[in-house]
Amino acid sequence: MTVKGEYLGMNIRISDLDKENQEFFGHCANHQLHLQKCDHCALLRYPPTTACPWCASADATWAPVAGEGTLHSYGEVYQAIQPVFRDYAPYMLVLVDLDTQLGQPTEHEALRITGNLATAEGDLAPPELVTQVGIGSRLRIVFKDAGEGVSIPLWTLDENAEQPETPWRYPESA
Amino acid sequence: MADDIDVTTSKHLRGKYAIAGVGETEFMRGSGCTTRTLGTRAVRAAMEDAGLEPGDVDGLLSYSNNDSTPSTVIAGDLGIRPNFYMDVYGGGSSTEALIGIAIGVIEAGMCKTVAIFRAMNGYSQIRIGGTGGAGGRAPLSSGGLFGRAYGLMSAGQMFSQSFMRHMYDYGTTPEQIAMVKVIHSEHASNNPKAYYKKRVTVDDVLNSRMIVKPLHLLDCCVETDNGNCIIVTSAERARDCRHRPALIQSVVGRCSKPRTDMHYQHGPISTTAGYYGKDILWPNAGVGPEDIDVTGSYDAFTFTTMLQLEDYGFCKKGEGGDYVSNGTMRLGGKRPNNTSGGHLCEGYTHGLNMVIENVRQLRGEIDDSCPIGRGGQRQHTYDYSEGGCRQIKAPELTANLGWAGPQTGSAMVMAKG
Repeated sequence: MTVKGEYLGMNIRISDLDKENQEFFGHCANHQLHLQKCDHCALLRYPPTTACPWCASADATWAPVAGEGTLHSYGEVYQAIQPVFRDYAPYMLVLVDLDTQLGQPTEHEALRITGNLATAEGDLAPPELVTQVGIGSRLRIVFKDAGEGVSIPLWTLDENAEQPETPWRYPESA
Repeated sequence: MADDIDVTTSKHLRGKYAIAGVGETEFMRGSGCTTRTLGTRAVRAAMEDAGLEPGDVDGLLSYSNNDSTPSTVIAGDLGIRPNFYMDVYGGGSSTEALIGIAIGVIEAGMCKTVAIFRAMNGYSQIRIGGTGGAGGRAPLSSGGLFGRAYGLMSAGQMFSQSFMRHMYDYGTTPEQIAMVKVIHSEHASNNPKAYYKKRVTVDDVLNSRMIVKPLHLLDCCVETDNGNCIIVTSAERARDCRHRPALIQSVVGRCSKPRTDMHYQHGPISTTAGYYGKDILWPNAGVGPEDIDVTGSYDAFTFTTMLQLEDYGFCKKGEGGDYVSNGTMRLGGKRPNNTSGGHLCEGYTHGLNMVIENVRQLRGEIDDSCPIGRGGQRQHTYDYSEGGCRQIKAPELTANLGWAGPQTGSAMVMAKG
């Protein structure tokens, strides 16, 4: 059955042919991050795929993964293109290195997750929160429910983690 | 560079094909006509430039993001009967890739002379940022749930993380990056057909409004309506055409980083496809970056020029900020880049206009404001001050570095025929 939802006024439709994404967002609906773990080489992967990017095996098992990581890089959108995002600008695009499987299978690889910076409640972060976050910030996953069988994963400052004194941010003078 | 490290093509293809004709419409905002008209004008202009009749062109290639007019329609309008045509989907990594395809189909005996065109109303109809078309309104499904759901959709939004990480890893500064726009604007001021001809300063760039950090408005290319065309044929046939041929020494087509499904998974994220493309480009051309006289490093954004110059080996990784700001790539410098003003200033046609510029450089026939002599030849002054010359003195080799994104790029080396 097609999974239907709505997030920030955008309609969501995940066809039942798209089993990988139904499964990924189904776990999100339970507020859990699950990724495919290759049955052959045991590496986790993101985003959901139909085979293993490292060994091409089609066999994988969904495994729970801790939604904790470090901000690898970011962008800050001042001119939103999609009308729905205009009310939230400047909003932060985040790229988060999960702690799990960091630097594997090669030095520069990671489970590097796309998303937005959000409040602990899963609402897009206001500007005063955005300015507290930079490369090196410790983030944890939060979920915003978007319908039956689908929630959207987002990232917020991890209140329980040790934060860098000054996470790297684009120079404010420029 | 040693001949024995040729890794992909047969050496016999080096210099065997050429660009024999180039043509373009004006770079406009509000063309007042269809992409069909723009494409027809561009192809006709390139045929005239080459001195070819419609019956001499028997192949067509075009690329678009479903925002152009197909080859068959343009061919019909101009009375071209194709022995081969193909319209492919794609943007900035297409030009050099399609030149490679043209060489391949001619080599295979499928046709003899191929017109490659790109026509777009990139300002007045479908804008690249995604405001046009149905893509932005369709329901979110697989790919969109990892991008559009997060307001991660336009090119600037998608590349911002790679650009930002370069600043973090290497200490690249906004002032260094702004110099790409400053230098390209100097070049454009000597290009009568550039859409933006005004010279700008580093402060102008940094004081322009932020679009998506780290990109200010003036870090982003101009949107224009235009059509561009180049004609590829054998070097032998090209020698019978009106102008000196630009010989194709090597092409790289849509060479990619690992994980094309989502390239961020494979770092360093500020490393581009050029890191891989260089190992095809230089050995096949039989030259290295140090031999190149002028570059056309794609400037969808100021950053893209820098990242590609680094990864193709024009400077060390991490030293791109210095390379783009130290005067090397300015007219009169050691290796000028985008002498037309590029996408940042001249106009936007997904890379094709940067190839046209380098063809004219190699011919020694840049269309600046220098006086035309009695014989009809432009008398270049090599005075690069505002409004002056933009012809480089006796260039022998050029490199074009095309960009689709950090994950995919194309490239080409051309030599004076």
